[in-house]
Amino acid sequence: MNQLSASPGLWALAWKRLQGDTVAMVALGVVALFLLMLVLSARGVIVADWEDEVAVSYAPPGFSGEGRTLAATPVAAPLAVPLNELDPLAGDIAALRAGAGGARIAPPAPKRTTLAFGADKWGHDIIKKTIKGAETSIVVGLAAAVLAVTLGTLFGAFAGYYGGIVDDLFNWFYSIFTSIPSILMILTVAAVLHQKGVTTIVLILGLTGWTGPFRLIRSEYIKHKGREYVMAADAIGASSMRKMFSHILPNVSHVALVQISILVVGFIKAEVILSFLGFGVPVGVVSWGSMLNEAQNELILGKWWQITATASAMALLVTAFSLFTDALRDALDPKLK
Amino acid sequence: MLGFVLRRLWQMLPTMAGVVLLVFLLFNWVGGDPAFILAGKMANADDIANIRRQLGTDQPYYVQLWIFVQQIVTFDFGNAWSTGEPVRHIIASRLGPSLTVLVPLTILETLFGIALALAVAFVRGSLTDRSVMVACTVGMSISILVYIVVFQYGFAYQLGLFPVQGWGESFCENLLRYAALPILIGLAVSIAPTLRLYRSFVLDEVNQDYVRTARAKGLSERRVMWVHVLRNAAIPIITHVMANLPALLIGAFLLERFFGIPGIGREVILAVERSDFPVIKAITVYVAAATMVFNLLADLLYQAVDPRVQLK
Repeated sequence: MNQLSASPGLWALAWKRLQGDTVAMVALGVVALFLLMLVLSARGVIVADWEDEVAVSYAPPGFSGEGRTLAATPVAAPLAVPLNELDPLAGDIAALRAGAGGARIAPPAPKRTTLAFGADKWGHDIIKKTIKGAETSIVVGLAAAVLAVTLGTLFGAFAGYYGGIVDDLFNWFYSIFTSIPSILMILTVAAVLHQKGVTTIVLILGLTGWTGPFRLIRSEYIKHKGREYVMAADAIGASSMRKMFSHILPNVSHVALVQISILVVGFIKAEVILSFLGFGVPVGVVSWGSMLNEAQNELILGKWWQITATASAMALLVTAFSLFTDALRDALDPKLK
Repeated sequence: MLGFVLRRLWQMLPTMAGVVLLVFLLFNWVGGDPAFILAGKMANADDIANIRRQLGTDQPYYVQLWIFVQQIVTFDFGNAWSTGEPVRHIIASRLGPSLTVLVPLTILETLFGIALALAVAFVRGSLTDRSVMVACTVGMSISILVYIVVFQYGFAYQLGLFPVQGWGESFCENLLRYAALPILIGLAVSIAPTLRLYRSFVLDEVNQDYVRTARAKGLSERRVMWVHVLRNAAIPIITHVMANLPALLIGAFLLERFFGIPGIGREVILAVERSDFPVIKAITVYVAAATMVFNLLADLLYQAVDPRVQLK
């Protein structure tokens, strides 16, 4: 007996399988890079100065070549205001100017005419803005997914473990929530709550998105509650709560993890749409959705850089996340193909 | 058969009651007092009391719930708060434009999805198959907003192939002129997830024994795919299409908004923007009812497709 080494657990095996999958590891690297960027920007290490108006309005990207023509046109110096003899304040202003002569506020740094990836209407650097927008969108997606899966797991555990009337009650809830299309449900709740904010949008998405995890976790609990290890726990007098959450839950947590990563992608997309429509993040908070909202009008003016930056960043993250989710599901449940 | 339909309709009642209760709670309890929204910013106490009396919100909760149930059963939700148009008329007149976009879109999406899924499953495991799947994943990761903005800018604004937005009077003009680009965009957005899903349905079938039997008796691979496999893969496809129809009614709201199509989805957005509660309440309840009815229809269709299915 002693010669047998401890067999690797589910997570170690899954990690091993993931490592063998090149696509999954690249995708994981991209996701990790985005998360690192998120943490750094949330802590204010990078892009804390994204709101600085560093360039002229709609400064084009440096590589497009459009900047040179713009730079070549000399900026007309502001015309001196002709003296008005009737101005009652003229004397005071002249005195003020003379007095403040030494302590003039330093003129703002000259604004740049091109940036690495252009500027928006107010001259914000698009790259910094995209990183800041990514922070909002990903945080909303992650928080809402964790909330939805927590609710789904809790409900699923009770429904699956107790069965009977408890199960009927939760199934009734489930059928109510699934008979209203999720996007309509989200819009209805948005109409009722009637206030904008990151917390509101996390609540809206989390409270309406628990149905998918609920169904899966419930069926896992039904499957597990009759197994020997649960009976053994029962025999030594473990309480129902203990059996549900410290015996069965670790054995079904891989389902919850996969559900979280599936929902994150969906919720990031949903946040973008909600913010685009103006039901999402409040004014002053930048997210990919609010950036796309600005970019829609810019495109007609021929300013393509904001929409390109936002769409590419989002496509990169979502593609990597989806590929990683697929690989994670295969790695955690090799029977399912 | 009749017994099955009646039993299913009977089972819908508790769910429908739950939907009504949920909508009622959301709007009457979470939503706060609508009189303050209606009375505007410069309201006095008399106005608010008056509005409360008109809406019935000064009554106890069970009376209000009863009023709501009566509204649902009689299809009479009163007038929209923002425009004064009867809610019944709003729903009836917005349904046509929505369906003008959705019916062709659903038909095309299903046909293309099935054809491409069978074609891809035909060469499963090959480089073509894998590159199509990667293309689908990338295509799905781009936001629908980007598709709409770019297609509208490119095809309508720059190239002038389609009107940028608008809606006409006659059905043919709407379908061929105004709905063409929205349908095209809807197709571009939905084909990637549809193809992935249908491909998995088809691949579930190709390893079954009956497929081997069909091949063994010398049928061409084409006949095996299009006749034998398709018939069996049809069941999950029907579920998918039927379950998605009512959701699509709302889901097309972005297309309707961008292209100025006066449909149900755009109405929902407008109602949310204006806090027009009667319109949202009515649409939510009826879309939920439609979802349940379509699920029942899907079950009935199963039997038509697959005689092995016994409805009990």
